[in-house]
Amino acid sequence: MAVVKETRGDKISNFINYILLSLILVITFYPLYFVVIASFSDPALINSGKVILLPKGISFVGYRHILGDPRIASGYLNTIIYTVFGTFINLAVTIPAAYALSRRDLVGRDTITIIFIITMFFSGGLIPTFLLMKDLSLLNTRWAILILGATNMTNIVIARTFFQSTLPLELQEAAKIDGCSDFRLFFSIVLPLSSAIIAVLALFFAVAHWNNYFKALVYLTNEKLFPLQLILREMLIKSEFDAQMILTGDTSNLNEQLKIAEQIKYGLIIVSTLPIMLVYPFIQKYFVKGVMIGALKG
Amino acid sequence: MELVNKNHSDVSGIGRKNKKEIGRHGNLHKIIKNWQLYILVLPALIYFIIFCYGPMYGVQIAFKDFIANKGIWGSPWVGLKHFKNFFQTYSSRRVIWNTLNLSLYSLAAGFPMPILLALMLNEVKNSRFKKIVQNITYAPHFISTVVMVGIILIFFSPTGIVNQLGKLIGIEPTMFLSKDYLFRHLYVWTGVWQGVGWGSIIYLAALSGIDPQLSEAATVDGASRFQRILHINIPGILPTIIIMLILNVGGIMSVGFEKAFLMQNSLNLKYSEIISTYVYKTGLINANYSFSAAVNLFNTVIDLILLILVNKISKSVSDVYLW
Repeated sequence: MAVVKETRGDKISNFINYILLSLILVITFYPLYFVVIASFSDPALINSGKVILLPKGISFVGYRHILGDPRIASGYLNTIIYTVFGTFINLAVTIPAAYALSRRDLVGRDTITIIFIITMFFSGGLIPTFLLMKDLSLLNTRWAILILGATNMTNIVIARTFFQSTLPLELQEAAKIDGCSDFRLFFSIVLPLSSAIIAVLALFFAVAHWNNYFKALVYLTNEKLFPLQLILREMLIKSEFDAQMILTGDTSNLNEQLKIAEQIKYGLIIVSTLPIMLVYPFIQKYFVKGVMIGALKG
Repeated sequence: MELVNKNHSDVSGIGRKNKKEIGRHGNLHKIIKNWQLYILVLPALIYFIIFCYGPMYGVQIAFKDFIANKGIWGSPWVGLKHFKNFFQTYSSRRVIWNTLNLSLYSLAAGFPMPILLALMLNEVKNSRFKKIVQNITYAPHFISTVVMVGIILIFFSPTGIVNQLGKLIGIEPTMFLSKDYLFRHLYVWTGVWQGVGWGSIIYLAALSGIDPQLSEAATVDGASRFQRILHINIPGILPTIIIMLILNVGGIMSVGFEKAFLMQNSLNLKYSEIISTYVYKTGLINANYSFSAAVNLFNTVIDLILLILVNKISKSVSDVYLW
């Protein structure tokens, strides 16, 4: 490889490249790092600029309030329900459809594909969808969150591309000649060979469920059904805390309460993002794989 | 096709019949034979018909005065009344302008950045350093919009970390959040921060597909690094760039509701009210269903026209296109 010696110009540009990338690295990493150290530092020290590189005045008051708050617990539980069952529904609808569309002997394949593709570029919009949900009596039910977005053409295309490019046609032919039905072919041959794409799509869908707040904002008014993100919106952005949540400490003046509210916010960011960040290092390469498969579509 | 032919000749034994006959009865035969495949595709088909085509049918209320107890079909037609109303209001011009502005600014700042990052990463020989940069820059992609906006509000508050760091290098504190004209910059550049790493993946994939011999040959011929990037790497990923650009322009009017809505406050409304937030407020908060649906439809149609237009232009200028 290194037959040709690097010129001086190459060395200089190399150096500049490393400097710039290191700068990008710091700009991306520091905010994430700061949230972590701020979540257990004294808010007074944060607000006076004393906490820059290391946590100071360590206190876990914020976390104590978060863990004791029933709304957060209920939001967490709801989000887990939406993520687990929602992802299951997503896969159950998306994968079989993608497999069927990958089969060239499916009569009407082009028509079905066009019907699906149109949904990528045209939609009825918010109000007609809302009215539909109302007519179907799905407003204010968990089903609204679980069913809406059950599948989408982008992910069907990703899975279809995977099936077309990795499942050898000969294998499927052989199975069919042996009298294997399409169901058996799909469930006992195709699915076991497709764990990679199932993992990728499951991760795509799961993260989308975990982070979604829009559906809940539009279709839910019952706070008992609210996912974590909607609770977070009230606390992080609208700064609406239960008076009790802040007053339970030995906090007599308003200033103290505001400080605790601040620390709670940092803690909330950590607590809500932690599950994704914990699994992120392990699943990161699958996501990348998914993006690549999506890019290969044609 | 092979699968089909084999099935016919070997399994069902109709291979000996002449072609014409197969053509006539073949399709029906294949449909019956593959009925299980239709069962597999059925849930998705039902979903799209009910939850995507259902609302498309309902979009007619944009041309009607929707009355709840008469339903979508029974409500009286009013033609383009709601569209006219929208264009006559003062807010329409502002809302359309804000939408265009925010999305063009996002595109101008957010589109080239991932390409640059990918080109830079591609030059890094130290694979460990490369991996670290990639892993860290991908991470913000997974932060939810609510949390992202929460971070923005805390970081850019008067006593927030941004002002604290500014103080260290002698910059006077700025009230970022109460200055309405800063809304756009905050919106766009935090978006770049969150999306640049993730966006670079697709270009890195394209770059890895370029034959390394091209670069080696160019180096032997005395091409500098800059020349190699300009004449080999960029042309190599150009089709990917064009496809991404077409898709991005097609969504120009659909600036995300989620982030703009959360970043809105009474102080920055002049800049932060965009079509999607306007549709949400007039439709769901004020219950002007027909009016809101009309505004939304206008938005969708503009996006569709842009997508078709850009695709056409790209098709005639280069040979890269979506369909």
